[in-house]
Amino acid sequence: MPPVPRFPLFARLLHWLMAAMILTMLFIGIFMVTSVGPAYQRLVDIHRPLGICILLLAVIRLLNRFMMRAPSLPDTLPLPLQRIAHASHIVLYTLMIGMPLIGWAMLSAGDYPVTMWNGIALPPILPHDPVLFAFLRGLHTWLAFALFATILAHLSAALLHGLILRDGVWQTMALRWNPAKRRDAG
Amino acid sequence: MMELIRKRLAEPGGWLRLAVVATVPAALGAAFVFAAGWLSPGRLTPATFMHTFLVTSGAQPGFRRNHAKGVCVTGWFDGNVETASFSRAALFTSMRSPVVGRFALAGGMPYQDDTPGTVRSLALRIMPAHGGEWRMGINDIPVFPAPDAATFNALLLASWPDSRTGKPDPTRMAAFLVQHPETKRALALISSRRLTSGFADDTYNSLDSFTFVNAQGIATPVRWAMVPEQKDHPPAPQEKGPDYLFNDLITAIGQGALHWHLIVTLGNPGDPTADPALPWSGPHRQLDAGTLTLTAAQSEDGGPCTGITYDPLVLPDGIAPSDDPIPAARSAVYSRSFTLRSGEIKPASAITPADVNPGAQ
Ligand code: HEM
Ligand code: HEM
Repeated sequence: MPPVPRFPLFARLLHWLMAAMILTMLFIGIFMVTSVGPAYQRLVDIHRPLGICILLLAVIRLLNRFMMRAPSLPDTLPLPLQRIAHASHIVLYTLMIGMPLIGWAMLSAGDYPVTMWNGIALPPILPHDPVLFAFLRGLHTWLAFALFATILAHLSAALLHGLILRDGVWQTMALRWNPAKRRDAG
Repeated sequence: MMELIRKRLAEPGGWLRLAVVATVPAALGAAFVFAAGWLSPGRLTPATFMHTFLVTSGAQPGFRRNHAKGVCVTGWFDGNVETASFSRAALFTSMRSPVVGRFALAGGMPYQDDTPGTVRSLALRIMPAHGGEWRMGINDIPVFPAPDAATFNALLLASWPDSRTGKPDPTRMAAFLVQHPETKRALALISSRRLTSGFADDTYNSLDSFTFVNAQGIATPVRWAMVPEQKDHPPAPQEKGPDYLFNDLITAIGQGALHWHLIVTLGNPGDPTADPALPWSGPHRQLDAGTLTLTAAQSEDGGPCTGITYDPLVLPDGIAPSDDPIPAARSAVYSRSFTLRSGEIKPASAITPADVNPGAQ
């Protein structure tokens, strides 16, 4: 089988849509918990349903990832770096699914209604347990930092590929397919 | 790969491209740090309030950072269907909704002595069977002493007893009141309120304004009060012991169910919804929106009101926030208080299970 030149359009669309959504969530989250203004309430009201949307998309995305053939990293990249890249992608998928699940679980454990919109609420996924609530609430914070750090590393590597190495890795996920850049690779 | 990088950097614009690679993530990181408030130590945050309560009440692990001394109560709420023309909330349909409540004294000291003048509160969680939960925390004062969270924080710091002398510092408070005439006016209303003998014969006010929304989507600004059916008495003339308010409540509830009416005041055009320090004056239409019945009390230790927070923004469809800035501040701060106390080891409460149920221990 010939190598796959890039990710399918559906995967690329999901990637960039979710990148924007997750960054938005991180910024909304970190800002709202340090605010006591009316923004707090508006942002939490966005944070919960947007987080659940990310959960749904992340599950679709993971299934899609298992079903498609992904382009491989170029041989020019040393093996340890390829391994790190691979591991970081696993971390990203884990947190993309883990963060919203923890958000939902912690509200369940704290016996808060998990309100989406217009009074529609999700059922709890954990029994009421305040100690567990405190633990999960802390975990939600620390894993958010871990997610943000991983995203920064991922973005730095992607930019390094796109602007310096120009080895075609950026193009595998880019929305616009630019063959001129591709010929430049190597 | 290093070879390739060296080659690329030697190309024209190579270093510029590297600068872009470094700057984009760095800018994003800086924006995150900024959004988190780490560069603005003066920002009023839930953590500011946690610090204020620490200063004013000392470390009280496991307890609510405010309204720390309390007991749980349980019962139910029967909504009045006629309220449905103003709010489509499920709890106003005729079905009976279970209630978990909490009576408390304002202040962060969990072992403070009960006194007639300490602000008393009632917190309620009304849980209709098919969703549409409503949480509230309401106080026995006519107005809130501050129009916004920043003023309330400053008031707490100005009015609480000095940790060394144990007494409020009159000069600090006087200086604060000169800067905040709105608080001075509100405190005058608060200190001239008529005191009752205890929790059972007291009236509790929402202070904050909210919005009722009916099935047609028509919005009405509201404030409300829980008005007792129990006949009120003046405060007892003599000293009655450090926990007398709670003991009296436990005795009363042991003798029979206690009842309150949810009296909703419909706002007139021009009422100050955005300022809980201002009363709504003049004639207003009021609704009797339902009856609260409380039938049992439990200690906080092991009781059903401890592992939750009475977040005033847990509202059913049909009740919405207004432009009052305080409920959002409360929601954010209560979440922080709830998180901290839920992760701490709590010593026994002032009112223990043995106090509530002497026979059972
Ligand atoms: C990709 C998904 C998510 C991300 C990246 C995310 C991120 C964050 C961040 C960064 C914070 C601030 C943490 C802190 O500094 O303490 C936060 C807080 C919070 N998140 Fe999420 N979150 C996600 C999903 C969810 C979901 C699905 C829910 C609920 C259904 C949720 C509920 C909350 C709540 C309730 C808070 C704290 C509010 C408070 O304590 O005042 N999150 N989140
Ligand atoms: C910015 C203003 C306010 C701040 C910072 C504040 C702070 C707090 C905190 C930290 C708690 C403990 C929450 C918990 O751990 O579950 C609390 C409880 C409470 N607050 Fe406030 N509060 C504010 C305004 C108000 C107002 C306007 C009212 C009344 C209308 C009110 C009524 C109550 C009641 C009744 C409780 C006790 C709830 C219970 O028994 O569990 N608070 N407050």
